Amino acid sequence: MKSSSENINALLARHGQKPHRLVQILRELQAQHHWLSRDTLSVVADALSLPLAHVEGVAGFYRFFHTRPVGPYRVLFSDNITDRLSGSEELMQQLCRLLKIEPNTLRGDGRVSVATTSCTGLCDQGPAALINHHQVVTRLTPGRIEHMAALIEHQVPPAEWPVEWSHVDDQIRLADVKLGVQPAPGVGIAAAIARGPQGMLDDMKRSKLRGRGGAGYATGTKWQLCRGAQGQTHYVVCNADEGEPGTFKDRVLLTSYADTVFEGMTIAAYVVDARQGLMYLRGEYRYLLEPLQACLARRRAQGLLGNGIQGQAGFDFDIEIHVGAGAYVCGEESALIESLEGKRGTPRIRPPFPVERGYMGQPTTVNNVETFCAATHIAVRGGAWWVKIGTPQSTGTKIHSVSGDCERPGLYEYPFGTRVGRILEDCGARDTQAVQVGGPSGKCLSASEFIRRIGFEDVPTAGAFMVFNRSRDMFEVARNFAQFFAHESCGFCTPCRVGTELVVRRMDKLKRGYGSAKDVQVLYQLDKLMQGATHCGLGAAACNPLRDTISKFRPAYEQHLKTLHFAPGFDMDAELSQARLATGRDDSGAHLETLA
Amino acid sequence: MSINNNRIDALRPGTFSLDGEEVEFGPGDSILQAATRAGHYIPHLCWHPDFGAHGSCRLCTVRVNGRSGAACTVQAASGQDVESNTEDINEQRKSMLQMLFIEGNHFCPACEKTGNCDLQATGYQMGMEGPEFEAFFPKRPVDASHPDLVLDLNRCILCSMCVRASQQVDRKDVFAFGGHGVETHLLVNSPSGKLGDSDLKAADRAANICPVGAILPKRKGWVIPIGQRRFDIKPISEQVEGGAP
Repeated sequence: MKSSSENINALLARHGQKPHRLVQILRELQAQHHWLSRDTLSVVADALSLPLAHVEGVAGFYRFFHTRPVGPYRVLFSDNITDRLSGSEELMQQLCRLLKIEPNTLRGDGRVSVATTSCTGLCDQGPAALINHHQVVTRLTPGRIEHMAALIEHQVPPAEWPVEWSHVDDQIRLADVKLGVQPAPGVGIAAAIARGPQGMLDDMKRSKLRGRGGAGYATGTKWQLCRGAQGQTHYVVCNADEGEPGTFKDRVLLTSYADTVFEGMTIAAYVVDARQGLMYLRGEYRYLLEPLQACLARRRAQGLLGNGIQGQAGFDFDIEIHVGAGAYVCGEESALIESLEGKRGTPRIRPPFPVERGYMGQPTTVNNVETFCAATHIAVRGGAWWVKIGTPQSTGTKIHSVSGDCERPGLYEYPFGTRVGRILEDCGARDTQAVQVGGPSGKCLSASEFIRRIGFEDVPTAGAFMVFNRSRDMFEVARNFAQFFAHESCGFCTPCRVGTELVVRRMDKLKRGYGSAKDVQVLYQLDKLMQGATHCGLGAAACNPLRDTISKFRPAYEQHLKTLHFAPGFDMDAELSQARLATGRDDSGAHLETLA
Repeated sequence: MSINNNRIDALRPGTFSLDGEEVEFGPGDSILQAATRAGHYIPHLCWHPDFGAHGSCRLCTVRVNGRSGAACTVQAASGQDVESNTEDINEQRKSMLQMLFIEGNHFCPACEKTGNCDLQATGYQMGMEGPEFEAFFPKRPVDASHPDLVLDLNRCILCSMCVRASQQVDRKDVFAFGGHGVETHLLVNSPSGKLGDSDLKAADRAANICPVGAILPKRKGWVIPIGQRRFDIKPISEQVEGGAP
């Protein structure tokens, strides 16, 4: 115990005992010890002069932190609908069988636990798994699972597992500006310096670029508000918390276009006069941390980061990477900032907006990975060039992460205004029933809508494009998304915390065949409530897939109803749940349907 | 994201319309602050005039110029048209109250707080006649380790009043939030996590601010008989804090 305590002290010293480093500190401790004991949390609390309950509260918030042992082998199966469609549930059962373990429990010998996690951003090469919140395994097959079980039994460290298992392909199928030939590092910065900060800002506004993370706010306006806001210092933050299920474009941009991303951040810093940049990298992309840091080091050596960038006196800027710990809600910019400050990732009350009071209370511009890429290209080629691409309301190109029922999943970049049907043709989708554009919080389109066009004025998207053919049950798709939102609700506000759970319970009831028309009515009622009453967009969007699928694929729901007309108000087996609770029984004899 | 054009207005006093009645507000007021000061009732559970906005219970959700927002977080501005006491908004409030009831374990008839409880009183106010949704029956602990106080998390509605009172008034940080989603729960700051080991004293603001029966004094049961308690006498809508008597 003594030696591990010394490790903790060294680690805390490296982070300068700063409270805002708390999430990073917990992440590194968790990686060392596989869990965070109360003793560990207590040492951290003392060193950071924080109340223990605060540290405990932060540890309990993030899905990748564990305050109970989970073993030196933690296998998380990505649980997006695309993983499920390619057999992830069966593969997880197979692994559990081989390891003689129940999901979500630590095996008796304390070695291994298996569970699910929200989409890991590998939908184009799933089913995927995440090992010890660090190493990814793609393209899982029964063969790989069998091999994995043996490796775990023989205590082979994950770092020594077959290298090809962790191979991640970019799978760029169609490239336009952002996925095409990149400007050499520094060219964008030089172009920005040539214009001056105001000139660069004017060009950003001329480009009419809108944020690529989902909300679609005008990037130039955001930078202008940040630049004009009073503060001791300004910050530039890159939102690389790509958590929307079905989205993986940022993964590829961070893998193969990191220079363009960092260059965009540096250009933003030049415009808003920031000295410090932060990249919030989602925990699922932990494997990208070292390559990204190597890229930052290269850029420092090239004079593209650090003091006096490209010889400009006073242009000082550097970038630090923060790694998340499994929380979709941190994709919301104010929750992301809370997390950067070492707190629970609960969205803030707005106003004030981050551009006025963001990270550490200072003006902060938070932009998406793809937005920063676009900024670099705009710096090089000009706003007047960019504005000619796409449509008048949605300028430029958009990268789509295509997955699901198609022959060629991967990345497709098109100018805005592209027909949904065109994307389906290009990716080799056949007999398509529906497309979920923009992920669960986006829109579900049925075949009659494939003539609609991608763009803020018609079908907006943060980048996910999940294809479902006619063999798929759209009710199951919506149920997966409902489980996702309940799993990811931060728990702060009443309608989202309780509402997402009530939706899941209704969907599960329908799935079991005990649903009635009344349950579908209640789902409508919950949808209406959550659209208007929640604290942030997560709760407001949580029923989007539900609303779309009920209205467009109602037969998929009705096949789960016993009858359309009779509304059973009483479920005998459910009523027995309290008797089961009281007697501590949950065996087959305690359930009506399995009673011998 | 959009910057509210009314914000410069918000620094000046003025009036807005609440369900057709003009309400005066001062610089920096939220809609709920101004409405409360003027004696108007907008249902709420996580807001108190002595503390800043928290925005978590969402009961004070109103429509401002047609757009939904929590009255405790939206800044008052001249000329706003605020709808609050309408059938559909109250219906939504009832649903959220039902959610708060079914996610915990609330047994009003056996609770010492009955008649003095904001949750119960707001339920009556909104015409809540039953739970509507199935109860979750969560397993939540009761902490009786403190010599003078009982902490019963079965009744906690996560309003954070005790968290803020302990932090801002008592300067003790006795409480915090833990977990996430439907598992979110109150934490006690002490080596054992028990209230008895914490710095909380019976006279602290945090020990006396709970709007429900989650934090209660020991040895003081039923001092005021049922029927003579605060909300037995007048409904919650007629007892607006800091408002006109």
